[in-house]
Amino acid sequence: MRRALAILAGIVTLALLWEGYKAVGDPEGTVLFGVRVLPRADDLSMPHLWTVLQRLGRPELAGGDPVWQVVLRACLFTLGITAAGFLAGTLVGLLLAMAMQRFRIVERGLLPYVILSQTVPLVALAPLVAGWGGTLMPAWATVAVIAAYLAFFPVAVGMLRGLQSPSASGAELMRSYAAGWWRTLVKLRFPAALPYLFPALRLAGAAAVVGAVVGEISTGTRGGIGRLIIEYSREATSDPAKVYTAMLGAALLGLVVAGAVSLLEVPLMRHRRHVEVVTL
Amino acid sequence: MRLNRIFTAIAATSALVLAGCGTADPASTPAPGASGALTPIKLQLQWFFQAQFAGYIAAVDQGFYQEQGLDVQLLEGGVDIVPQTVLAQGRADYAVAWVPKALASREQGAGITDVGQIFGRSGTYQVAWKDSGITKAADLKGKKVGNWGFGNEFELFAGMTKAGIDPGKDVTLVQQQFDMQALLKKEIDAAQAMSYNEYAQLLEAKNPKTGKQYTADDFSIIDWKTEGSSMLQDAVWANTEKLNDPAYQQQTVKFLTATIKGWAFCRDNAEKCRDLVVAKGSKLGKSHQLWQMNEVNKLVWPATGGIGVIDETAWNQTVQLSQTTKNQTGDTVLTKAPEGLAYTNDYIKQAIEQAKTAGVDVNGTGFQPATVTLNEGGS
Repeated sequence: MRRALAILAGIVTLALLWEGYKAVGDPEGTVLFGVRVLPRADDLSMPHLWTVLQRLGRPELAGGDPVWQVVLRACLFTLGITAAGFLAGTLVGLLLAMAMQRFRIVERGLLPYVILSQTVPLVALAPLVAGWGGTLMPAWATVAVIAAYLAFFPVAVGMLRGLQSPSASGAELMRSYAAGWWRTLVKLRFPAALPYLFPALRLAGAAAVVGAVVGEISTGTRGGIGRLIIEYSREATSDPAKVYTAMLGAALLGLVVAGAVSLLEVPLMRHRRHVEVVTL
Repeated sequence: MRLNRIFTAIAATSALVLAGCGTADPASTPAPGASGALTPIKLQLQWFFQAQFAGYIAAVDQGFYQEQGLDVQLLEGGVDIVPQTVLAQGRADYAVAWVPKALASREQGAGITDVGQIFGRSGTYQVAWKDSGITKAADLKGKKVGNWGFGNEFELFAGMTKAGIDPGKDVTLVQQQFDMQALLKKEIDAAQAMSYNEYAQLLEAKNPKTGKQYTADDFSIIDWKTEGSSMLQDAVWANTEKLNDPAYQQQTVKFLTATIKGWAFCRDNAEKCRDLVVAKGSKLGKSHQLWQMNEVNKLVWPATGGIGVIDETAWNQTVQLSQTTKNQTGDTVLTKAPEGLAYTNDYIKQAIEQAKTAGVDVNGTGFQPATVTLNEGGS
């Protein structure tokens, strides 16, 4: 109940800030020394919230479905891509972390490349991956690959730290029991890694959403919210509220994914200590 | 407890969505089994489905490609999809691209050839407010000039250079977004616009002062065709190396023949083609698409030499401007004249003969553009 109120209060505050700025802000924006420091508050740049809400209720095109349905459908489509990318990315991240923990040489050889992988700009990667669409895999899957590419990184790095977190005495105790690598992993390292894994998963969830939305924009894959943002932004000249409906959808998608990921840890983390972990 | 239930619900929904993604594959074409012995062809477009590509869409829908034994799949573009690169890498059989940009890719090693110059004319405008007094390139001096960059700006730069303006010094250049808000908000004095798209967006917007839509009287247009700095735009590009193969040559002729039929169909049935584009899932409104169809028809028709035939004068002008025009960073599109087979009229001429035999008017001499009324928001 308190949480629900807090969420509601957050939304109301945002709405008040938006409308408040619109009421007092300069319609032409504030420019200091030739640099715009505050955005324009006119209807073209910042439509009224009720205009955006009304736009959600009106049809997308004459005689078509109302915008909220179109946006929701697009969100669901992108949610599917995000989920696929998140799962694939997490799996790859976990496997990499396990391999790196098991073999020191793999860690030393691979970790720099894992980090390097995230410096490859999406702009360069996307057209390459897009080419697989239609031949190797359906078009939506190429976007999921991009999402997975961004999502595996925090999992690999965070999980590696988690697997390495048990103290030497813990590992030695397992050895004194004649426990092999696998048993040590299952009994000692996995449980110890959980507090590191979940923050990493949250980062991976966010990265997967970004990857899916940007991937759609980049490759032009139709059906999702990223594509909708770019389609609607072309109409910003004559229908500015429409762009914001798509952005609302993207924000909603981000919240849903963040919520889903944080719910993942409820059953597993109930009796465990929570530690502040910096994975990056 | 409550949280658990929510968790289950979300897990179930994601599973459903995933399953949905698995079964309903939105990108795949109809089952190839139905097409029999048709040759599968991929055509890479420059952008999302819109009337700019109506001729190809119509040729697919009306079965013109099928008549020629081709099963053509149209690939939509995206922000980071470069059609000529897709073609050069063999991921498409043909591509639609602007000539200067494709020539730049050629210079960097892409083996592609212009086999059909579908748009004989350029549709790029520089639009300003009427009361600004800007009517020709020379008036841009000292103004804030919007441009798209990424190689879409060279007609503007060539026009300014021709009018004696140094684009690097005499104007303030502003990177433009996809929309025309910057001009409406008077952040810039003149904005780059395609006659068939962004200019229409202006006319679909409502003037907050009058509460009515803007009209053509509110704006003035610098048309690069009249300024003599226009360059060739949408053309069909083929893979140069494969053009040595007689089978690909034949296929190119067939592809172009059906393409000609598609564009002739859209000239004579603009509204029908508008509906085809809208049915393809374009998010732009109906009146906007009809406007676009009409404006695009103006760029194609009338085609005095026959649709798609590359006019040597226009080609040379494009190449010459590509080599000499510098943008703000001092770059030219091309550093030297195109080498090898940059364009050929061999296949389009054969295609035109075949289309003529089939009774298609390939010149459109009698073409009369319609007057399209744009509704608010393009709806």
